[in-house]
Amino acid sequence: MSYFAKIFILLIAATIFPIMAMIVPLIIQPRQPNKEKNSQYECGVDTVGRNIIRYRISYFLYAIIFVVFDVETIFLFPWAVKFNDLGLFALVEMFIFAGILAIGLAYAWKKGALTWK
Amino acid sequence: MHTGLLASLAAFITGLIESLLGHGFAAQLIMVLLEIIAIFAVISLAVIIQVYMERRICGFIQDRLGPNRVGPFGLLQTVADMIKLMSKEDIVPEKANRLLWGMTPMLLFIPAALVYAVFPFDEGAIFADIGIGVFFVMAIMSQGVLMFLIGGYASEDKYSFMGAMRAVAQMLSSEIPIAFSILAVVMVTGSLRMSDIVSAQTNVWFVCVQPLAFIIFIIAMLMETNRTPFDLVEGEAEIIAGPFTEYSGMRWALFFLAEYANLLAAAILTVTLFLGGWQGPFLPGIIWFIIKVLIVIFIFMWIRWTFPRTRIDQMMALSWKVLLPLALFNIMATGIGIYIYKWIY
Repeated sequence: MSYFAKIFILLIAATIFPIMAMIVPLIIQPRQPNKEKNSQYECGVDTVGRNIIRYRISYFLYAIIFVVFDVETIFLFPWAVKFNDLGLFALVEMFIFAGILAIGLAYAWKKGALTWK
Repeated sequence: MHTGLLASLAAFITGLIESLLGHGFAAQLIMVLLEIIAIFAVISLAVIIQVYMERRICGFIQDRLGPNRVGPFGLLQTVADMIKLMSKEDIVPEKANRLLWGMTPMLLFIPAALVYAVFPFDEGAIFADIGIGVFFVMAIMSQGVLMFLIGGYASEDKYSFMGAMRAVAQMLSSEIPIAFSILAVVMVTGSLRMSDIVSAQTNVWFVCVQPLAFIIFIIAMLMETNRTPFDLVEGEAEIIAGPFTEYSGMRWALFFLAEYANLLAAAILTVTLFLGGWQGPFLPGIIWFIIKVLIVIFIFMWIRWTFPRTRIDQMMALSWKVLLPLALFNIMATGIGIYIYKWIY
């Protein structure tokens, strides 16, 4: 059996395990719902306005830079695996690639993208 | 061939099953199912032990005793708590999206359990020794944040919503330093396979070769597992446990199951990548592995109960302005170091 077939079986088992864990509590737990108990928690006060609020995501620029770096990571992993075999070529290439990343980071830093606003 | 205790045990059980069923697909399937049961048993047992350890260590650090009533030294406290949680009412908040809200704790367990597929517990004792092991762990581990986002959003609760937003911010800061510090290890090893990384540390542990990557990795792992000083997602005092606010009873217990499974995974990953995995003199591999993992978990708990919580902008500044440049520098230094090493020898 191949390794990924085994992982697929583990995936199915990991889906079933929490469902099994929920069965016993479903049988033995008490059920006395009332309106106050089932309302959304807000320090005991009635909720004012909508529950999903408009929320300012101050880290939007971080997210964009994150996407750039995350994609770079995918390219860096095969390079790191073959680093020993490629010799000087890999070293020079590393300086170019990591240099571009570092310049990009420095630019974002200078422009204030890494400042929490 | 020299093999570890666990691998010998597995070979013995395989022989037993094959003598009953023959070398067929059925025997293989039963063996895989047994291995899966073993993984789940390890996770459940480890969660019980870790919750006890956490409360006890926290108690001693704060100059009190911690749980010591149920069973010898309070060892059965977690079991008692589990029975209590099972018999608690499952309160469903009325405005929540029932389907998504109910699914979240169960979904959270999937990535937490899947990463255990590639961890080498002992020599030859690895569920699936795939060629992209480390990459697999990174890809699966970061899926947990999706469940926090779904749960926080579906609860329709202000605190949960803010917690979900913070979970994303936390993921944005932890992923890149983790990837770059692992990258340096991969450069030295030349392989993503977990067993190769362990066997590359026979002579010297990578914590000696890559001390900077080790420190970056530990700090980023604290962010990834949402532990103090970076437990902004939960933050009991400010956002009332964040995404968990509306959960009670068994669903809440499942959240904690996944959380402590992740903590154990973080400790195992640290041991495998930097502390030589199961390798060590005199004692069998599995004993060394357990000792090292317990020490790393103790260090995580020590940090948790010693440092205050950071602010979210401090956390992101630390990640992007300190850890990331250091990690980039570490990759360059590692590249030059490997080249000089090859040039000398």
